[in-house]
Amino acid sequence: MGSKMSGTRPDKSKLYHPQMPATWWLQKSSYLLFMLRELSSVFIAIFLIVYLVQIYQLTRGPEAYTAFAQNLSSPGWVVFHFLALLFSLFHSITWFQSTAVVMPLRIGARELPRQLMTGLNIAALIAVSIVILIFFNMLRG
Amino acid sequence: MTPTKNIEPLWWGLFSAGGVVAAFLVPIHILIFGFAIPLGWLTDTGLIYRYLLIKIYLFVLISLPLYHWAHRFYFAVNDMRLGVPRKPLAIFCYGGAVVGTVAAALVLLMV
Repeated sequence: MGSKMSGTRPDKSKLYHPQMPATWWLQKSSYLLFMLRELSSVFIAIFLIVYLVQIYQLTRGPEAYTAFAQNLSSPGWVVFHFLALLFSLFHSITWFQSTAVVMPLRIGARELPRQLMTGLNIAALIAVSIVILIFFNMLRG
Repeated sequence: MTPTKNIEPLWWGLFSAGGVVAAFLVPIHILIFGFAIPLGWLTDTGLIYRYLLIKIYLFVLISLPLYHWAHRFYFAVNDMRLGVPRKPLAIFCYGGAVVGTVAAALVLLMV
């Protein structure tokens, strides 16, 4: 490897190749939670793309926009958004937990307890959500 | 320095920024646009997109979590040992995020 961080790879024949079945992440609940956390990003991305498609409807007029929103009231979409909400909250909480580990907050020499950090971030999430809701309500016309 | 500039830190930075945006901003948007408006708790005729600052905000909201998805999905699929070749997977993930970013910019400029 030398001093290079990347760009070159070590000799493949010297690498250790552990044999892992494709179902390794189903064998332990912590592995499964890890995969569900990764999966949360899929639900978030789909939600955002659907929302972008809804905004795009405005180019065809406000009626198309509201009609698109009304179509989202079908049971399939409600189930999707329910799952997306659960997954996005799962992402928020796990993100706050890892932030508390990766970027601990220090006051003087003392480190803030991780659970307190996570709790403060959850409080911030609630505060930010209320502010967005108020702004949306004010500006939606 | 290697001749081909390594842009991995850029992807990682976008992943991280997208993670923050998704963590703080996405849940309330799902509540508003996934439940409140479709189910009639709030009315919305699309007037909010008149404001330039709203457009910029929505561009950030939509584009950054796509890079978060790209990074997570790329590594998760790799880790799942499904035998998906890496290069096409990387193009699908990171390329998809770039396409989404361009689409978001165009749509928000059009409305």
